[in-house]
Amino acid sequence: MSFHRGRTSSLASGLTARLAIFIIVIAFLVTPTSWSQADGPDPVLAGSDSALASLAPITSLVAEDNTYDNGNALRLIWVPSIDDRLIDSKIIGYRVYRLAGAGEPRAIAELPPGSNQYLDETVLRDSVYSYYISTLSERAEFPSNRTAAISPQREWINLDRGYLFLIALAIAGAVIYYVTVAKRGKKLFVRKIAGLEAIDDAVGRATEMGRPVLFIPGIHDMDDVQTLAALTILGRVSRTIADYESKIFMPVARSLVMTAGREVIKSSYQAAGRPDAYSDDMVNYITDEQFGYVAAVDGIMVREKPATVFLLGAFFAESLILAETGNSVGAIQIAGTARPAQLPFFIAACDFTLIGEELFAASAYLSGEPRQLGSLKGQDVGKVIAMVVMTVGVIALTFAEAWKIEFMQDILDRLSIIFSTN
Amino acid sequence: MNRSTYIVVGVVVVLFLISWILKAVSLSGEDDGYILRGFLITMSAFLTLAIFSFLYRDNPFYKFAEHLFVGVSAAFWMTQGFWSTIVGNLIPRLSAGLSGFFMVPHQPSPWNISYWIPVILGILLLMRLSAKYGWLSRWPLALIVGTTAGLNFVRYLRSDFIVQVSSTFVPLLGREPHQWQGAGAFVSQLDLSATGQLAALLTNWVIFVGVFCGIVYFFFSKEHTGVFGRASRVGIWVLMITFGASFGYTVMGRISLLVGRVTFLFRDWLELIS
Repeated sequence: MSFHRGRTSSLASGLTARLAIFIIVIAFLVTPTSWSQADGPDPVLAGSDSALASLAPITSLVAEDNTYDNGNALRLIWVPSIDDRLIDSKIIGYRVYRLAGAGEPRAIAELPPGSNQYLDETVLRDSVYSYYISTLSERAEFPSNRTAAISPQREWINLDRGYLFLIALAIAGAVIYYVTVAKRGKKLFVRKIAGLEAIDDAVGRATEMGRPVLFIPGIHDMDDVQTLAALTILGRVSRTIADYESKIFMPVARSLVMTAGREVIKSSYQAAGRPDAYSDDMVNYITDEQFGYVAAVDGIMVREKPATVFLLGAFFAESLILAETGNSVGAIQIAGTARPAQLPFFIAACDFTLIGEELFAASAYLSGEPRQLGSLKGQDVGKVIAMVVMTVGVIALTFAEAWKIEFMQDILDRLSIIFSTN
Repeated sequence: MNRSTYIVVGVVVVLFLISWILKAVSLSGEDDGYILRGFLITMSAFLTLAIFSFLYRDNPFYKFAEHLFVGVSAAFWMTQGFWSTIVGNLIPRLSAGLSGFFMVPHQPSPWNISYWIPVILGILLLMRLSAKYGWLSRWPLALIVGTTAGLNFVRYLRSDFIVQVSSTFVPLLGREPHQWQGAGAFVSQLDLSATGQLAALLTNWVIFVGVFCGIVYFFFSKEHTGVFGRASRVGIWVLMITFGASFGYTVMGRISLLVGRVTFLFRDWLELIS
């Protein structure tokens, strides 16, 4: 009995050993490939039935430098798990792990099923990183291979904006060409701009009436091109005022504009041969506060009663208040701004209005300098380009939509790429 | 000031005091700081009326409100600029001693020239106060103007040129759901509603013709005569119609501001409306 028991025990132990080997072999064969990968992390399982919920990890994971940035982003691209394509997929998402140098992996993002790329914008330039991505089920995650180490790089030139560069180059080239032509002495034609023709008359009126000229350069600082354009016109206006021996007063809302305004007027008085007539009191800082400035300028208008008011530059809600007050004191008003919302008020309340680009063209028109005239002509080349492209684009789109002409669609696609906003 | 002015000013001061007392009394049950709050509401109301008085003519009350506004706002912006920019951003990065003096937390950082450049430019700008070295103040100004021009070139090229051109690509004969199926179909299925094909076509034509003629108006290299002149005239008409619509829209906005101010006077101050 004991022998029998011992034999039975020996048989049982042999069967157990074979069964164990069999299970190990079967388990090895059915285990997902990634688990056997040498460089990948181990799967993280939870729950006893995890084997039943095993999922294929993502494949072809690649980390690459995000192009044309400051070296602060890396892009991950992969092929989603095969199980992600199933209708009743067990995948609930993907988890992105990052290893900085030889450090520990850290989860940095969780992505929904179907994701196949991720932009990591939390990296530092020249640091070394590697990544792996886990496919997530309800109870487990199945990691992918780890990427090769990579460090984000900075690019100095953004080739995504190549077409923008070419367009800028075309316009800048036209400007340079016309400046060169103007410098050679060729007379460049610029059409009359009504508001500017009136400057001399307006200053002359102030002189005859013995009243000052009020010049308001808007409420923006020197970082606004409208203020720069206004100061350019101020040069011509103050030169005329110096010639006519009239008076100018310029209240400003920005300290830098005050400094620049004084420089401009001083130069004009020097150019007119009357540096002694210049005074820093011609340009006064009021306040940065929009309506505080308006209240003060309104007060100046009704007390000083200027014969001429120039409202040139960047204006906002104060435009109508200033223009109406100037109108009420009987001043001749010449206004100009590139802000479309304020132009209606100037048109309604002022005698002459420089609309949009006329403000920028004014400086070239007034000075007659080759550089500025060339610049104006170069910008006109840009307008011709715009008109031609618009016409071609509209015709191409119309034909492509109405009659499905492929050739027209190709033209439209090409134009859309060149004139894309990226 | 003559005698009548003194009398008017005296009457207004008395009215102010009465209003203050009455307002404080009405607030006493609901607010602990009712005296101060009563003063602030009364002051706001009187300053509002003082500014409104400009509609009649320039007067001492308007001058008072104007000078108060200018003085307070100038001081406020200067203080704001000093404490937020110089004390808030610069000093903590430059000096532990100065940070302690201004009681702001020091932010130790390696020596960085980008913090010193604005300091140097700021000092150069202040050189204007010196008759001998005033010319140095032109350097930071030149830097500001040049940098602005350079940066804005790309910005405006995109926003005012590229975007404008690409946004004008519109189909002149319609697209889905108003696909062009020939003139016969267009006439026979003519839909005059705002969502119909006719409205869609007109919109696209107005966009294209309006933008094109608008650019013609801003073309400075050619006299506006002949066909070019007529296109330019269409352009200025488009601009004027746009400005008219914009005028009405903005005036409505301004009226809402007036309504807000009148509401303050009648509800918060006089308590005539709830």
